[in-house]
Amino acid sequence: MQTAIGTDHLDFSVPEPRNALTSKLGSDTTTSWLRDMMLIREFEVRTMQAYQDRKIGGFCHVYIGQEAVAVGTIAALEKKDPLVTAYRDHGHALARGMDPKYCMAEMYGRIGGCAKGKGGSMHMFDRINNLYGGHGIVGAQTPLGAGLAFGTKYIDEVIEKGRSNRVTLCFLGDGALNQGAFHEALNLAGLLELPVIYIVENNGYSMGTAIHRGTTMADSICEKARGYGIRACEIDGMDVLNVYDAMKPLVDEVRETGRPAFVDMRTYRFKGHSMSDPRKYRPREEEEVYESGDPIAKLRDTLMSQGAIDDAGFKALGKEIRLEVRDAMKWAEASPAPTPEEELYRDVYVEAWGPYTGTTEPQMIKECEGTHGQDG
Amino acid sequence: MANLTLVQAINLALVQEMEKDDRVLILGEDVGLNGGVFRVTDGLFKRFGGDRIVDTPLAESGIIGTSIGLAMAGLRPVPEIQFEGFLGPAYDQICSHAARMRTRTRGAFTVPLTIRVPVGGGIHAPELHSDSPEAIYAHQPGLKVVMPASPYDAKGLLISAIRDPDPVIFFEPKRIYRAFREEVPEDEYTVPIGKARVVCEGDDLTIVSWGASVVQCMQAIERSSASIELIDMRTIYPFDIDAVEESVSKTGRCVIVHEAPRTCGFGAEIATQIMERCFLQLEAPVQRVAGFDTIMPYYKLENDYLPDADRIELAIQEIGAY
Repeated sequence: MQTAIGTDHLDFSVPEPRNALTSKLGSDTTTSWLRDMMLIREFEVRTMQAYQDRKIGGFCHVYIGQEAVAVGTIAALEKKDPLVTAYRDHGHALARGMDPKYCMAEMYGRIGGCAKGKGGSMHMFDRINNLYGGHGIVGAQTPLGAGLAFGTKYIDEVIEKGRSNRVTLCFLGDGALNQGAFHEALNLAGLLELPVIYIVENNGYSMGTAIHRGTTMADSICEKARGYGIRACEIDGMDVLNVYDAMKPLVDEVRETGRPAFVDMRTYRFKGHSMSDPRKYRPREEEEVYESGDPIAKLRDTLMSQGAIDDAGFKALGKEIRLEVRDAMKWAEASPAPTPEEELYRDVYVEAWGPYTGTTEPQMIKECEGTHGQDG
Repeated sequence: MANLTLVQAINLALVQEMEKDDRVLILGEDVGLNGGVFRVTDGLFKRFGGDRIVDTPLAESGIIGTSIGLAMAGLRPVPEIQFEGFLGPAYDQICSHAARMRTRTRGAFTVPLTIRVPVGGGIHAPELHSDSPEAIYAHQPGLKVVMPASPYDAKGLLISAIRDPDPVIFFEPKRIYRAFREEVPEDEYTVPIGKARVVCEGDDLTIVSWGASVVQCMQAIERSSASIELIDMRTIYPFDIDAVEESVSKTGRCVIVHEAPRTCGFGAEIATQIMERCFLQLEAPVQRVAGFDTIMPYYKLENDYLPDADRIELAIQEIGAY
């Protein structure tokens, strides 16, 4: 039995020409993607340290290695488009525009967190940026993705009497392919013609189980979606330019047709499933092969070869990001813990519940809602 | 006013809320063309069309998960699950998502969702089609659990549930779907969630019940010479303990009647709170007349399982003689 995914997980045909769209975008945009990916990476490196220092409780699943997926796909969206994902969600929150300080404070369980420190690492929500979580049960967010798409379509068509014009992105891991909810959701999305794109962040492992050991047709999971009448394609998720280049026309098409799509986004998780994962299920040599294709280094090299950034500029960017994340950690540490008097019973129901009463909305909502509409 | 069955009252509430608010839509198995397994949504497909009355695949997790997404997007979905036993496949969505979303997002997202579910025994159906799982969902913080026992309350409570900003499980006792009629106003009205109803007043004994068992309680009361106060809880959670306390403080005796198995049935919680609040007023231990701690039996044994007027009458005699 094959115990690891081997080194050919990313070897599949990718349609030419590559980077046809991104070459027209200009280096300001692509440099901003480099910044976004570097921010996510630095944020999570610091997160891992804070977790080991026991400043962060709960569980912690880092996204390191997969940054090009969140940044490239979200760049292809409009702000009004809903997004929902699973528990490896820091990258999506940051790529979607959440200030790192709110994200970090949430991990620290502090009152300044995006959910007042009540959700933690797995539950990043951002109403202003249309991020609908962060969900902890594998695959259980896939019907939510169908429902969000159903919701935008219903509002646009039945209530507003117009055309459906929003696209929902629903992310899931390859492990979620084997959950019942995934199959119910895909059938519904295909049947009801919902404007949703299911993006499988296929990093080759369901926790510690290689995809071949837990999933049938592991090399061609697109067939599962096609079985539900949903168009599907594979995308190399280790190259952010390629991700955008493939996703932008797909998002445009789903927006135009209102029909669902499915993406087998090939990627690799450089770290373990969670912080306590000894990674006995794969050889170090395999990890080294994929690490040599680091998406951040890849974009950096491309931008350098184009003259968009030089070595000094790259170092300055790195320093700026380190400072930003350091400030986020300081802000998180300075944010008070929730008090039982205000928060323990708060928001179980809409009406204040139990003997305590809370007072305020999360700081993030208060600070941001004045400047951003919910639909962007 | 119209003389309606419980099914007709629910149908009327759905029609009126859908007319009033185009955010309200219905999803479920055979709810559209076929009007629902118990015909509760009869006529709605013709009236509102397939955009708002959505026939779904047989996929309870998908139905409820999709409804949660709809609710988070700002709509007011009213999914139907055909039988309470079929809540099982949707349990994850109900308890992992719907119930927790508001707390988890610190109020940024709420799930205004009403899940309609026929509940309970008495129609000669097998298990999974005759169960009473209200205590399971009452035990999940973040959910509201409602169970009307009359057509009037069914209409008013359903309108309250649909307008409620939190997720509500609306249990419909299938045994009394068409068992009797009642005058139901055609105008819209609400019955508040969380308020019990005093069905009849009395001084010697309080009976607390809900759902179809309220009918059996009435039968037992009619046979008895004692002065009995009957409280229909109407809402299982949040439950109206104040109404129970007021009554038991007056009568000093209480019998709780429900179809669900006795152990950890919701009667256990009520009995405990009576003990906490009315200890010095109690003249006798609180009694429970409940289903047995077994799987709901098939129809030949159904009447042996369900609390009936005889068992309730016996409890009334015993607690009176204590």
